[in-house]
Amino acid sequence: MKKIFTLFGVVLLMAAVSPLWAQPTFNQNYNGVHDEREGLYAITGATIYTQYNQKTENATLLIRKGMIEAVGTNVAIPEGTVVIDAKGKFIYPSFIDLYSNYGMPDAPKRDGGFDGAPQPDSKKKGAYNWNQAIKPEFNASENFTADDKRAKDYRNAGFGMVLTHQTDGIARGSGALVLLSDGKENELVVKDRASANYSFSKGSSTQDYPSSQMGVIALLRQTYYDAQWYAKTKPGDEEFNISLDAWNKLQGLPQVFEVSDKLEALRADKIGDEFGVQYLIKGSGNEYQRADELKATGAGFILPLNFPDAYDVENPFDAMNVELSKMKHWELAPYNPQMLAKAGITIALTAYGLKEMGQFAKNLRKAIKRGFTEEEALKALTYTPANLLGVYNQTGSLEKGKLANFIITSKPVFDEKADLHENWVKGTRYVLKSMETIDITGIYTLKVGSVAYNMEVSGEPGAAKATILLPDTTKKTEVKYALQNMGISLSFAVDSLNESQLGKGTVRLGGWINSADKSWKGSGTDANGKWIEFSATRTGDAPKKDAEGKPEDKKDEKQPDNKTNKDNKAKPDSAAKDGKEPGKDEKPEETGAITYPFTAFGWTQKPPTQTVLFKNATVWTNETEGILQNTDVLIQNGKIAAIGKDLPAPKDAQTVDAKGKHLTCGIIDEHSHIAISKGVNEGTQASSAEVSIATVVNSEDVNIYRHLAGGVTTIQQLHGSANPIGGQSSIIKLRWGLAPDALKLEGAPGFIKFALGENVKQSNWGDFNTTRFPQTRMGVEQVYVDAFTRAREYGNALKAAQGGKKGASGKPVKRDLELDALLEILESKRFITCHSYVQSEITMLMRVAEQFGFKVNTFTHILEGYKIADKMKNHGVSASSFSDWWAYKFEVKDAIPYNGAILNSVGVNTGFNSDDAEMARRLNQEAAKAVKYGGVSEEDAWKFVTLNPAKMLHIDNRVGSIKKGKDADVVLWSDNPLSIYAKPLQTYVDGVKYFDTAQDLQLRSQIAAERNRLIQKMMAEKTKGGDTQKPMPSKRRLYHCTDLGDGEYLDFYHEDANEH
Amino acid sequence: MKKNYIFFLFFIAVGLYAQPPAVPIPTPAQTKKIVLTGGTAHTATGKVIENSIIVLEGGKITAIGDARTVKPDAKDAEVFNISGKHVYPGFISAGTAIGLSEIAAVRATQDRNEVGELNPNIRSLIAYNTDSEVMPTLRSNGVLMAQVVPQGGIISGQSSVVQFDAWNWEDAAYKTDDGIWLNWSQMFTYEGWWAEQGGIKLNEKYGEQVDAVKAFFTEAKAWCQTTNHPEKNLKMEAMCGLFSGQKKLYVNVNYVKEIIDVVNFAKTFGLQLVISGGADAWQAADLLKQNNVSVIINQTHNLPNRDDDDYDLPYKLPKLLQDAGVQYCLTVGAGFDAYWQQRNLPFQAGTAAAFGLTKEQALQAITINAARILGIDKTTGSLEEGKDATLIVAEGDVLDMRSSNVQYAFIQGRQIDLDNKQKALYRKFMGKYGLMPSKD
Repeated sequence: MKKIFTLFGVVLLMAAVSPLWAQPTFNQNYNGVHDEREGLYAITGATIYTQYNQKTENATLLIRKGMIEAVGTNVAIPEGTVVIDAKGKFIYPSFIDLYSNYGMPDAPKRDGGFDGAPQPDSKKKGAYNWNQAIKPEFNASENFTADDKRAKDYRNAGFGMVLTHQTDGIARGSGALVLLSDGKENELVVKDRASANYSFSKGSSTQDYPSSQMGVIALLRQTYYDAQWYAKTKPGDEEFNISLDAWNKLQGLPQVFEVSDKLEALRADKIGDEFGVQYLIKGSGNEYQRADELKATGAGFILPLNFPDAYDVENPFDAMNVELSKMKHWELAPYNPQMLAKAGITIALTAYGLKEMGQFAKNLRKAIKRGFTEEEALKALTYTPANLLGVYNQTGSLEKGKLANFIITSKPVFDEKADLHENWVKGTRYVLKSMETIDITGIYTLKVGSVAYNMEVSGEPGAAKATILLPDTTKKTEVKYALQNMGISLSFAVDSLNESQLGKGTVRLGGWINSADKSWKGSGTDANGKWIEFSATRTGDAPKKDAEGKPEDKKDEKQPDNKTNKDNKAKPDSAAKDGKEPGKDEKPEETGAITYPFTAFGWTQKPPTQTVLFKNATVWTNETEGILQNTDVLIQNGKIAAIGKDLPAPKDAQTVDAKGKHLTCGIIDEHSHIAISKGVNEGTQASSAEVSIATVVNSEDVNIYRHLAGGVTTIQQLHGSANPIGGQSSIIKLRWGLAPDALKLEGAPGFIKFALGENVKQSNWGDFNTTRFPQTRMGVEQVYVDAFTRAREYGNALKAAQGGKKGASGKPVKRDLELDALLEILESKRFITCHSYVQSEITMLMRVAEQFGFKVNTFTHILEGYKIADKMKNHGVSASSFSDWWAYKFEVKDAIPYNGAILNSVGVNTGFNSDDAEMARRLNQEAAKAVKYGGVSEEDAWKFVTLNPAKMLHIDNRVGSIKKGKDADVVLWSDNPLSIYAKPLQTYVDGVKYFDTAQDLQLRSQIAAERNRLIQKMMAEKTKGGDTQKPMPSKRRLYHCTDLGDGEYLDFYHEDANEH
Repeated sequence: MKKNYIFFLFFIAVGLYAQPPAVPIPTPAQTKKIVLTGGTAHTATGKVIENSIIVLEGGKITAIGDARTVKPDAKDAEVFNISGKHVYPGFISAGTAIGLSEIAAVRATQDRNEVGELNPNIRSLIAYNTDSEVMPTLRSNGVLMAQVVPQGGIISGQSSVVQFDAWNWEDAAYKTDDGIWLNWSQMFTYEGWWAEQGGIKLNEKYGEQVDAVKAFFTEAKAWCQTTNHPEKNLKMEAMCGLFSGQKKLYVNVNYVKEIIDVVNFAKTFGLQLVISGGADAWQAADLLKQNNVSVIINQTHNLPNRDDDDYDLPYKLPKLLQDAGVQYCLTVGAGFDAYWQQRNLPFQAGTAAAFGLTKEQALQAITINAARILGIDKTTGSLEEGKDATLIVAEGDVLDMRSSNVQYAFIQGRQIDLDNKQKALYRKFMGKYGLMPSKD
């Protein structure tokens, strides 16, 4: 087995000197006489990296009582110093890991859950935060206990300190900076409350809320506001709250936020922006996929080195289950540090998340091989973490007055063949592999009894292999040997020629090495068990090659082809120093390009805004002009510039022959759940008005592309329908490839999802869910009346406070995100889209709204709308329906496909939506069903999926028709768009062509080629003996209204869980 | 909108304002000859007869051909002049829960999943509800027959083929107990729950589960070699039709590796295999063709299973199987929605036509192909002399919702009422608003 872990690998000697020089802790009881020493050491003759970018050769490091007293070439060594000769060795500041749970107690085990009854409140007893996942009061240093085994693993990897915290919960409390030596915890904690830690995961909390990522975000935001308010009130005045108090005390510290994806990093940063907090983000390893956006956050990143193993893709049917994005990530993950460094992002490195500590060095070398420079690596492990924590005055370099935290290596530290000899932690010496290792390589004459052999010992000192060369030069016998200090033991199998002398079997010998001439001498037993003498005399040097007889690995490779990438060749000083040729035979690694998004059908070059002249199309204007035959449409600068006959083509225009084809505006899906991360419902409370889909937009969902292929250009992303007051919506344009913020339809008003009926009263949630209020339509009404009453009072209190009068009680009004949203509804600044089915509840909500002086904007689904179309028209609400869904639950037993036609006839603004990632790609066909069922005119039917939803969303000033000045969101169809035979040929958003059938065909072949290239590469990796992982399919999360959280809750009886 | 009071009053006068019976009354057996003249006949044999004559007698098609050559005796016949309209065989829904499922979320209306893992003795036919309010909405869109399928456990039970004009299930039965349905094990399991995602894991028990099914089939095969048993065994007995070739084995399976296993499994026992679902079937097309395995494709209106797939892969799956020479038909919404969604069956075919098939091939995918797979093609599934007079007459292209409008339908020569609950509600509420309903 190839030894790739040499640097931090086999530890031959393991000796720790107790820190006897240390100051005793208070009240320490001595068992014996006092033994205090100076802790005075000088390490001489080494190349010392005093800072990550500064080295001094042949220098001395002088330390006393765990601190650096002097460093340089001119250091006077006081009497009484223990001098350690490190000639030819290298000394570096030891590494600092900012992300660890070292020495922390395990998070409490979670009980309850899935089949348990709802748990609305925290189970934690005491005056703590209402939410179990918010526990800023947890203090890492109070809970820290040294863990010798893990400390040793860290030290073997070159670390001297870690920032540790309990990795549990959303607000996780404070972190502690601790030393990785063993001893009393009192001596190990370097900094108490060194950080405050956060994540998007509620960890062991069993409380229902939050169940979605948008819920987590809302909870964090609300907690910031709560804490601000708490800081303004006198403790105990309103309430006494240990958690909020702790939260406020932690605010001045570095704020570390753990994320599991690049988009989560953007989300975390946005929370921070609202409260003037710049998080230090513990990344996931895929940051390079959105490096520009992450750079713009200004955040520093703690990067893991958890590069995925290659997939075992030998079986093509297994390979099918590995998406291109996963294959590409396998190839590009090791470039993550380099690409982020290139982008100018501050980075530290962590060993957190590795399967075993040995991978750290291995993976770091992988990253270095891919252009992350050794200097950057050293910086990311020393200077940067110390600086980010504000402890660079104490550690992070080897300068006078700093902690004596350093490592000694045989070669430059990132060299594959470097041994880590010693790791000193605040002056405590840990010898990992003695520097005194004798080099026994060479050619020897081995005499065993009366037999003489030629023996070759070759390879790296300390990891050499010994072989006996037999007269038949094609054969060799391996000699097993073990070296301990100057003692040696060896054994080998007797060759056939010498069986008569030594017997048949194994000869075992033991002896010693003469350090002067490196000769060996001793005795042992031959294969017959007879005692014999042996000796080995060195006759010359061994041939120069490594232990495996392979050429040296080369060090620098080309980086992947991406836009952030300029000339950035690593200049590893190990290669230069050793005078070796840097891998002359190895070609630069071929890598694929980064695509946006990082999935199949992503682009490498951002598609431009085009000037296009469509000639002689059948144009469905959705305006008074109706459907125009043989008409030209010009789009320019992202807008519709002209409509007419025989329009002249501007100079830069592309002309599209649209004869026989139909040109329409893009389809608008009023009810969508695609492109949403980690939960579409925060259905854990009757009202979750504080959550917003806009905070969890997922720009990487391939369904965006598929929607474009179905002519869809704008969607409203809705919260689910699990509770009467759901969450805030997001309206996006399908600008495939752009980051979440860039998808948002600028200036679109705020919406919020409400829901009625079986879902919110939990009729079909199983026998456990019968206790959350409400369980009847009667209760649903009261939820609304109560919520709006509270919101009105809140609004009054805010107004009073703004007028300088403060609240009624004279106290500051506590900011409440839920009531903020409800107040916006009362003030008609936010609009309701309400999931609804039966007539009773539809009427109810209109009446509640009227009682509070606002209008319901849209009823979605609204399958019994036809029964009260007149009332709806009077109220002025829009209807966004399904064309023909029914029968799937009791409340839709009277649903009819004529619903749209009736509502439209009565004069209600009517549309059809999808609520389904698949149906959304055929909304044109759904519109056609209004023609089939109820005889709506084709022109009107087409508006059901374009202009009418645009009106519902109050965006018809920009989209929804082909009109001069509106956004150039247009679709070119092969046929009448209401026909089942019609296919979108080209789809534009803001004049940018995001879908084109010809382009799509090209992409398909590119995807196939790229997959093939990566499969070949992974097979080669497997052949080389690299680790592989089993391919697994990854299930897409396709949300529908009633999906209760992130995933397929209903899976156990229905694969698609599409109960609407 | 101008209110049409006259129409409104007319409604009240003829009593249509009130809801009709939820399910139209079945039609008595055909006694009078029916002649359809002038329509464009889509025979599902690949032929289109532009100006056709079709003669229905005694529940059968007794003549069909070009109006210039076929001159039927129209005396005493009911003649439908259908020029400008299109005639198609009635559509056949394979693999549905129509009649077993009325309101998916209401347990009391569900007769789909029986308790137990190995239930070959369970028979769907006896639970088939001819009074389903959903069924008439299928008929109005041209679906006139269905294979009614149980769903639970590993072996779910036996399906039967029914026709949609009957007083009770015994009348409805067209082919009783045509096959046994098996849910094949999946190689991957999906873990976790909504608040905490589990991973996708390899199903470590896949082999074991497959072996258990094999063992059951092995036992059954042996049992079926003789009728001389000391004790009766309902499960074993139910299996015998499979080995004698009377019944087909229908297997729900999608992933190509599982499909390969299923094909080998069926081969071992010499069974007539039909795959249901079959999302990856195109990747094992040769194997399926060689072994005469048919596929019931679960809806073209589907998303690709994998991110890297072509966006239109489900749309063109019928074309891929057609080109590979694999026998297939279409269904809608296998699983949860596999009953009410069947009314969109013609549009599943329409999409297949938009993505590669000819319109006539697409028609075959929901008529004759289904009949062949269900083993009823000798008597139905196409417009041919001697076959059942089960057909529809439509205005416009019945595969395209833009123009589809089924005007007449005949099941074994009986002209059926195309009304349904939804149309009644439509009329009722158009009446409320004083509006005139459209024709359909």
